[in-house]
Amino acid sequence: MEPMAGEWTSAAHSMGTTIMAVEYNGGVILGADSRTTTGVYVANRASDKITQLTDNVYLCRSGSAADTQVVSDYVRYFLNQHTIQLGREATVKTAATLVKELAYQNKSFLQAGMIVAGWDKYDGGSVYAVPLGGTLLRLPFATGGSGSSYLYGFLDQAWRPQMSKDEAERFVVKSIALAIARDGASGGVVRTVTVNEHGVERNFFAGDKLPLFHEEIPPGRNSLLA
Amino acid sequence: MRWEEEGMKQNAFIMGNKLMGSNPHAFSLIMPSIPITHTQTPYVTGTSVLGIKYKDGVLIAADTAGSYGSTTRYKSVERLRPIGQNTLVGATGEMSDFQTILQILDRLIITNAMFDDDNTLGPPDIHSYLNRVMYNQRNKLDPFWNTLMLGGVKNGVKYLGNVTMLGLHYVDDHVATGFGIHLAQPIFRNEWNEDMTLEQGTKLLEKCMLVLFYRDRSAINKMQIANITEDGVKISEPYALQTKWDYEAFSNPTVGNEGSW
Repeated sequence: MEPMAGEWTSAAHSMGTTIMAVEYNGGVILGADSRTTTGVYVANRASDKITQLTDNVYLCRSGSAADTQVVSDYVRYFLNQHTIQLGREATVKTAATLVKELAYQNKSFLQAGMIVAGWDKYDGGSVYAVPLGGTLLRLPFATGGSGSSYLYGFLDQAWRPQMSKDEAERFVVKSIALAIARDGASGGVVRTVTVNEHGVERNFFAGDKLPLFHEEIPPGRNSLLA
Repeated sequence: MRWEEEGMKQNAFIMGNKLMGSNPHAFSLIMPSIPITHTQTPYVTGTSVLGIKYKDGVLIAADTAGSYGSTTRYKSVERLRPIGQNTLVGATGEMSDFQTILQILDRLIITNAMFDDDNTLGPPDIHSYLNRVMYNQRNKLDPFWNTLMLGGVKNGVKYLGNVTMLGLHYVDDHVATGFGIHLAQPIFRNEWNEDMTLEQGTKLLEKCMLVLFYRDRSAINKMQIANITEDGVKISEPYALQTKWDYEAFSNPTVGNEGSW
């Protein structure tokens, strides 16, 4: 009877990916890994999981690749029309609400955990989480995907409000790198997108340039060939 | 009567596709040839809500956790919301459905205000409406996966009740949802009385919230209490309770019986 007892215990899915968005003092940073898996095979080791919705709003996608592509296509289409009719750029809140509406109304068909983030002149940088089920939550930072499980402890300890742009980007790259280190469904490179009043900047942090953690070693020569 | 028809049309507008209005299929990604039945599973959930009547009104408490299965994923979710001037709604269960219900209630309040006749909707009216909403969704095998608590004061009459996802509804002097039914209600039954002051009522709720924090794995130590009186709805800022762990018996419980717990 009560909502807490029930099927969610057997409905656990693994969502390959680590995605993240952080609000900083002046805008947002979105980050993601680049691994797409079909079962145990890495189908694409250099995917781009950060998708543009408008000039000033981007979407991080986790879960079913097909489902999130369709949702982002629809929202891009709606926002394109909306911007023409409105006569000015769409707000992050509007984009996030459209994503939520699709996620909520189609909750029984979709496996899509998404994060909407961007910059507009009314609210500055904003981050909105749209997890499974279609709840809409505005947050100072959000994570998603299977890799995010490994980050809760780190983020609880390390996140601070009002970081600078560089601090925030380093923070995102370190977080995703930590998740990649432990989550089999996350890997490859770390892509970041920075959105602020000046525009958009894409960055790329190659797999072999990421920080190394416990028991990981830098690439080097075979010790037999010394 | 024509005004009744208008009222029915407004309800269809609200209930159409839960919200959408002119085109209920605007956000549907598939067009089925047979009716869809849903009966979902909850994802982001809120745990217990507790409520008691006291001398001057009604007190309702809930923590601010949004759980995702066994993970405490969101720690600042407001599960208590004012509706109109006299009522407060608290929700257990799926948070996305609660957000939709809040939009439906918003429509209800606004539509009622548009009659511009100084009539406002009170707690019994909201309770009755929510019951219809929940029961009708249940009949479509597409429930809002929530248990809602409803409390308020209007014209000196204190009101407190629940509505479940099946459309079961009831009122009482003290109510609880979720785990609170099992842990808090018995305490209410023993310790509640009609003339409690604000301070006594708060202490009783905090006592029960502490028990829930100790014994409900989904609960966190960050809660809000709402006080609804004739003067209106006031929801506190989130705060935490003092917990006690320094019992002698807790420090070395397995000395002498190793392997015990």
